[in-house]
Amino acid sequence: MKKVEAIIKPFKLEDVKDALTEIGVTGMTVSEVKGYGRQKGHSELYRGAEYVVDFLPKIKMEMIVNADIVDQVVETVVEAARTGKIGDGKIFVSDIEKVVRIRTGEEDNEAI
Amino acid sequence: MKRFLLSLLVLPSFAFAEDTLNTGDTAWMLVATAFVMLMTPAGLALYYGGLTRSKNVVNTISMSLGAYAVGTLVWVIAGYSIAFGDGDFFGTGKILLSGINADTLSGTIPELLFVAFQGTFAAITVAIASGSMIERVKFSTFMVFAAIWVLVVYAPITHWAWGGGETLNFGEIDFAGGTVVHINAGVAGFVVAMILGRRKDYEKTAMKPFSPILVTLGAMLLWFGWFGFNAGSEVAADGTAASAFLVTNVAASLGVLGWLAVEYLVYKKATLVGAASGAVAGLVAITPASGTAGVGGAIIIGLVGGALGFIGVAKIKKMFKVDDSLDAFWVHGLVGIWGSIATAIFIADYAMPENYNLGSQLVSQIEAVLLTVVYSGIMTAVVYFIASAITGGGRVDEETETIGLDEVTHGEKAINL
Repeated sequence: MKKVEAIIKPFKLEDVKDALTEIGVTGMTVSEVKGYGRQKGHSELYRGAEYVVDFLPKIKMEMIVNADIVDQVVETVVEAARTGKIGDGKIFVSDIEKVVRIRTGEEDNEAI
Repeated sequence: MKRFLLSLLVLPSFAFAEDTLNTGDTAWMLVATAFVMLMTPAGLALYYGGLTRSKNVVNTISMSLGAYAVGTLVWVIAGYSIAFGDGDFFGTGKILLSGINADTLSGTIPELLFVAFQGTFAAITVAIASGSMIERVKFSTFMVFAAIWVLVVYAPITHWAWGGGETLNFGEIDFAGGTVVHINAGVAGFVVAMILGRRKDYEKTAMKPFSPILVTLGAMLLWFGWFGFNAGSEVAADGTAASAFLVTNVAASLGVLGWLAVEYLVYKKATLVGAASGAVAGLVAITPASGTAGVGGAIIIGLVGGALGFIGVAKIKKMFKVDDSLDAFWVHGLVGIWGSIATAIFIADYAMPENYNLGSQLVSQIEAVLLTVVYSGIMTAVVYFIASAITGGGRVDEETETIGLDEVTHGEKAINL
């Protein structure tokens, strides 16, 4: 089992979610986050005073998937979230030791 | 004011004009007074409230509303008497409006209406000055300051310009309050900002305005009210009032364009806060000239006013160490000085006095500006120290400044989400 974390542009959330649903991803957790990467933030201007805003609003998606579809999931996110401009985000993949569905007590792949 | 034009142009009819009530004039002045009222607790309050940080919005708006309330009180008690009573340096004899009843006339309107109209000017002037002090001055100190300031600073300066003071009237043209209101308020704000010291975050952390939308709504209410301010300063419903109305509208529009143009050249951005500030700068610039300038003059006065407002706030301000929080000096004081000088230069044909001498009029304008700067500068400091002593220190403690005055002083938040 793998965890896929994707930091994406907020307005791309719907596109990414729809694309993932199509390839069979059944659930995900989404949070509104702030952050910056190589391109840093942007600047705002009020009455001649320029303020640099470091942290930009982003969406973090987290989903746990079967190891055999993880490459397809990553590819799908990349395709759906890409605009080609700076700030498109990043994807992190990591191993998951155990998953439990609270309602039934099912474990691991059955619980995903 | 009208007094100036009357004395120049229509001396023979002066006595007659003083005698009879004119219903048209009275109706217009009742409305104009309500227009100007709106400028302080709605226009200026939202304009300043939108510019301040989100933790001090309630406090900033309270200062405009508080200034209006306390200004109105001291105006009817003694302010009007000092400003428009008999006397050379200070007026007397109309304390608590003594001797004025519903039949007493001031020109062609009831004097009680004139009292109300001029009272709205006194209140907005001290409210404008509050913009330089916010985010650190104590609310109680400001309220006491406002009460004393209207009596000690505003009323005498008004007396010299409009109220019959002779020795200190230099024959300047100040139709609606370029020196009396705007330069006066700008200088007063600057002096108090200097004494209070800078906010601890000034030039250290980002201090972003609460809402450009409120800034704009407030500025547009000011623009609306300014029709009463300028066209009402004719104290009559006539052609000069109509001209003042038109040039006010033109100069405000050109102020928007002037500010945006220079801002775009410098920063490649056209901001809404800039456009709204430009409107106010254009309005400030045309104020003294609104009874004499034509449309051509208004275009130049407004355009330069807007551009100068931006340059003052974005460039010249940085050469000084003074933390003028919301730029009252730069938008009202600096631009007001431009307006006062421009008043002598741009006079429409219809308003051109006979044997007009540009050089001597310029000297008159500059003398009046200097008198206002010096008197307001010195006496504002005195008034501040008195208010500070009465209220046990004029500045909030550091913790209050960090948390915000809304929560600590008022127990409220601007927005509860």
